[in-house]
Amino acid sequence: MGSYSSELKRSKDSDESARRSSFPDEVLERVLSLLKSHRDRSSVSLVCKDWYNAERWSRTHVFIGNCYSVSPEIVARRFPRIRSVTLKGKPRFSDFNLVPENWGADIHAWLVVFAAKYPFLEELRLKRMAISDESLEFLAISFPNFKALSLLSCDGFSTNGLAAIATHCKNLTELDIQENGIDDKGGSWLSCFPESFTSLEVLNFANLTSDINFDALEKLVGRCKSMRVLKLNRSVSLEQLQRLLVSAPQLAELGTGSFSQELTIHEYEDLESTLSNCKNMHTLSGLWDAKGIYLPALYPACSHLTFLNLSYAALQSVELAKLLAHCPRLKRLWVLDTVEDKGLEAVGLNCPLLEELRVFPADPFDDEIVHGVTEAGFVAVSFGCPRLHYVLYFCRQMTNAAVATIVQNCPDFTHFRLCIMNPGQPDYLTNEPMDEAFGAVVKTCTKLQRLSVSGLLTDLTFEYIGRYAKNLETLSVAFAGRSDWGMQCVLGGCPKLRKLEIRDCPFGNAALLSGLEKYESMRSLWMSACNVTMNGCRLLAREMPRLNVEVMKEDGSDDSQADKVYVYRSIAGPRRDAPPSVLTL
Amino acid sequence: MEKSSGVTNTEESGLLLKDTELRLGLPGSESPEMEDHDQNVLSLKSFVSGAKRGFSDALDGGGKWVFSGGSGGGSEGLFSPRRGGNNNGGNDLSGPDSGLGGPVLKDGVAPKPLVVQEKKSQVAAGNGNTAPASKAQVVGWPPIRSFRKNTMASHPPKNDNDDDNAEAKFGSGCLYVKVSMDGAPYLRKVDLKIYGGYKELSSALEKMFSCFTIGQCGSHGVSSRDVLSESRLIDLLHGSEYVLTYEDKDGDWMLVGDVPWEMFTNCCKRLRIMKSTEAIGLAPRAMEKCKTRT
Repeated sequence: MGSYSSELKRSKDSDESARRSSFPDEVLERVLSLLKSHRDRSSVSLVCKDWYNAERWSRTHVFIGNCYSVSPEIVARRFPRIRSVTLKGKPRFSDFNLVPENWGADIHAWLVVFAAKYPFLEELRLKRMAISDESLEFLAISFPNFKALSLLSCDGFSTNGLAAIATHCKNLTELDIQENGIDDKGGSWLSCFPESFTSLEVLNFANLTSDINFDALEKLVGRCKSMRVLKLNRSVSLEQLQRLLVSAPQLAELGTGSFSQELTIHEYEDLESTLSNCKNMHTLSGLWDAKGIYLPALYPACSHLTFLNLSYAALQSVELAKLLAHCPRLKRLWVLDTVEDKGLEAVGLNCPLLEELRVFPADPFDDEIVHGVTEAGFVAVSFGCPRLHYVLYFCRQMTNAAVATIVQNCPDFTHFRLCIMNPGQPDYLTNEPMDEAFGAVVKTCTKLQRLSVSGLLTDLTFEYIGRYAKNLETLSVAFAGRSDWGMQCVLGGCPKLRKLEIRDCPFGNAALLSGLEKYESMRSLWMSACNVTMNGCRLLAREMPRLNVEVMKEDGSDDSQADKVYVYRSIAGPRRDAPPSVLTL
Repeated sequence: MEKSSGVTNTEESGLLLKDTELRLGLPGSESPEMEDHDQNVLSLKSFVSGAKRGFSDALDGGGKWVFSGGSGGGSEGLFSPRRGGNNNGGNDLSGPDSGLGGPVLKDGVAPKPLVVQEKKSQVAAGNGNTAPASKAQVVGWPPIRSFRKNTMASHPPKNDNDDDNAEAKFGSGCLYVKVSMDGAPYLRKVDLKIYGGYKELSSALEKMFSCFTIGQCGSHGVSSRDVLSESRLIDLLHGSEYVLTYEDKDGDWMLVGDVPWEMFTNCCKRLRIMKSTEAIGLAPRAMEKCKTRT
């Protein structure tokens, strides 16, 4: 940078206006090209016109958190040199079937603009977007340099679309298909990768249910020597896994297929030795239908594991304990609640470096099941894992005292997502609301960015949140609160709030309208099954023209009720692709 | 049989063992609970659809929908969403086909009525200790993504247990059966495969349900726990006016302990700790059945 600084000095001296930027454009662009964070880039672009221009010319990756907040034309006009796009579409509650079919968030209009303006586009990462097979084929054909496709929680496509990608994308390095509503027509798409194709580094098809063409897969893995992430689907057997691993010991991330085939001693030993050759493995997942007796085959591969995803393996506590004894470096762990509190005790004992824990329910809809985890398991983990900062915890009972202990042990929570599965359930020991639990969370965990609340909650919880959660960005609320005051506290209090999603709470128009000023600084607001009326929404829409206020009506509901409301800021104006069930006010 | 849904949380708390996970199931007779359910479902319906006054009424009024004990025994079931069970066979699920009226199943399907009443397909004959006949379902709750829901539904984890078939999926190594106790407000499940014989089963059940027998067995002087006999639980429970019975594959209720352990684990569908006054007449049948089997 030495030569740059003397250049700077010269240009500074020649500056007549004190307000003009002192850097030549090329220098500024060079410096700014090192900025990766899109938030930093946003800040930079606000400094002055020169900086705005330098930033827009140097940006290569654009992140759009709400696809309707801006139009593809506006994006293309501002950023001429984009090579990588991340787009998010539907509101998060669409994951839980709360958003009507054909709601929107279709990628095609974006692809058409990109094909014209960004012919050298390399990466596309989509979350909760609708994408058709035609769009996938269009993508595959339109971008000769295309390298990475990641689809998370998307829908509208089938394996035919994947076949198009495999056929045409000669430079593909990443194909990552996760948790999508995909129409699985069979595994022949894998054979569409040409014989000459060797560039694949990331392949994740764990989402697919049908049998894949194993022969094609084996050959593909064999010739892609740079492959570092391979996540198989359930149809791949243990024996097949072993064969794949023989040609890919360099894998850093492995998602196994089904872990329950009957193996001979010889086959088991082969598997064990092949796995022990995977010295680079830091992430392990899959393990569908894992049989306890085969888990020891994994032990040698676990010494460097930092992320273990057992959320599709119904392990018992003893099996988990034995496995964790071999995973001392674990930072992230996802499990099913079949491991119970005893399993979580083992987590606390064996994983001192743990930063993230997610416990999913094995039987969320059967309330006769008495298994699962309780507050005791969570408390046990908190004692053993002081670095814990991300938790997603599904349970059937909780107490205020337990949560207070947990946050005392782990004050660095950034993400605290607690789901007491029975709506409106109080502290089961004291029968009191769970207000004090979340009060303790927001008071103690000053770095908290994301919070999901549950259980019986009065407005006091929201008073606490508004008063203490100064770094909170995302809040999810369900079956909670007593009156408008609760929501008003949050809207009046949390300065960094960006996403607020509420369902089944007694918040009405007064609460909705108290956030008038705030919604433009937020990405979005969702309210469903609350007490908001159409008139309230119309008023909001009228007062705030730069917000899109959309109401989704349910069949047979009262005309004056606004069943589902989605409010978001946008510079693209109201959208024109809404289906009939979505009213834009 | 007494209806015990009146047990509140505070009453329970003194009895609950910290490390046992207890759930409120709904014991006892069906008809009064059915009425409760209907009422509660109505308030739930208006609550869930966001009607202006319905929610606050439901909340401040009876408080029925919250888990607050009192008459809350019925309400707890309301919010526990029931999946379609046998209906969720595959990934591609559509609302109308499920027979549930739509919610929860296919990604993106517009939900129909938010609350759907679903009748449990069977109630075991003569056994009042099973779950109630109807439950309500809440769309999108608990918040679990469709992929995970569909995956767990079509390939349930090994501790899943149908009412029809208490036998484990082959090779999964578990054999969960429900255990209920007359007068207790909750059910438990035990894995028969982890016990070597009747005495292990009996001591495990004793631990689980001792909070209900402590009061009764003191006066009978059963204090020493060092010596376990095969039918200890039965002795203990006999002494404290309960017997351990099981429902076999044919739906008959038999006394536990009469048949060899292996045979028992193969044919036991459900366990019930029954008041001995109700168990009169079981024993002879058990012996006869045993004879016809062997």
